[in-house]
Amino acid sequence: SSEPSKRMLWVSHMTRIRDDQDRAAFAELFDHFAPRVKGFLIKSGADSTLAEECTQDVMATLWHKSHQFDPSRASVATWIFTIARNRKIDLLRRNRRPEPEDLTWGPEAEPDQAEVLGLQQESEILVSALAALPPAQRELIEKAYFGDLTHSEIAAQTGLPLGTIKSRIRLALDRLRHAMK
Amino acid sequence: MTDTIKHHLNDAILMAYSAGTLPEAFNLMVAAHLSLCDSCRAQAESFDALGGALLEQSADTEMDNNSFANTMDLIAGGDIDVTMPAAKTTPGVLPKPIQDYVGGDLDSIKWKPIGMGVKQAILPTSKDATARLLLIPAGTAMPDHGHKGTEMTMVLKGAFQDDDGYFARGDVEIADSDLHHTPVADIHEDCICLAVADAPLEFDRLLPKIAQRFLRI
Ligand SMILES: [Zn+2]
Ligand SMILES: [Zn+2]
Repeated sequence: SSEPSKRMLWVSHMTRIRDDQDRAAFAELFDHFAPRVKGFLIKSGADSTLAEECTQDVMATLWHKSHQFDPSRASVATWIFTIARNRKIDLLRRNRRPEPEDLTWGPEAEPDQAEVLGLQQESEILVSALAALPPAQRELIEKAYFGDLTHSEIAAQTGLPLGTIKSRIRLALDRLRHAMK
Repeated sequence: MTDTIKHHLNDAILMAYSAGTLPEAFNLMVAAHLSLCDSCRAQAESFDALGGALLEQSADTEMDNNSFANTMDLIAGGDIDVTMPAAKTTPGVLPKPIQDYVGGDLDSIKWKPIGMGVKQAILPTSKDATARLLLIPAGTAMPDHGHKGTEMTMVLKGAFQDDDGYFARGDVEIADSDLHHTPVADIHEDCICLAVADAPLEFDRLLPKIAQRFLRI
């Protein structure tokens, strides 16, 4: 499929931004990811103005912190997700989220290409497995991440019993883990 | 890093940490456990990958007309990240995320006695959940209690035992309304734990309600 090569293309865009401050590479990442980040923030409860402003911050952070991106540990999408998640917590929840010790994003040396390819292929499998989940399971995972809702809040919103929500999420994770084996 | 940890965080907590929906005190618990536990750290990274996969597949939202130009202006203004560089910490008994709250390692903790030789130090987090360090003298039992919400206790030094098992450094006990327990510190040394809770604990005896409110347990 053309997807893994697209994924590797995004990785090389990150390298071009880091090494050459390449605007064209950044523009392509922006076109693809900024509208998704904005959608994520709106689903998390931001109004459209705040979501727009926050998305621009997230994309600017991607530029400034491009040296911290490690393609042997995360896809570009995952890295952007973590930046957007942290920004969301700062802005919407006004809460702190301490990071674990020694968890420095950012390779000390240029990461091994085979590892990079392996990680990027794995991300591809995860995306396909997620797309293949039964809609009821997928929807709950999405709510848990993007709706900014706890399991009990999802229960209140959907009218589903808490136990059903927990077991659907568990089933979804089992399926994803099975696909990743 | 240790591979001796037997009691870990669960999927629900790790997923919520990745999604960013936990109260600050719970985030601190997760960050502290991940600092000691490779396997949960790997799990946490997969939950971030799941967030990335969701982001990749999510529908486009329309951007403002000048969005890209404004972003390039932001970039030209330089890195706006004003987060203070984390305080320098030295490896010690307390994992770094806890040291950041205490302002150092064990000898920087400002203990307050709460009776029966037990001491606590409340850490400054947002109010939706509480975080405290507890020092339980060797061989001492905590008052018998139940839980209204979720309580997580991680051992940092020494060990404790209750009906659910034996908990040593890095082990986390996750207690909810189903669990009613009397943790007893191991006889060999004082036990220091990080305990977080999103609702007050329910003591059956020893601590009257008013003392509970006063001590903010
Ligand atoms: Zn663990
Ligand atoms: Zn308890």
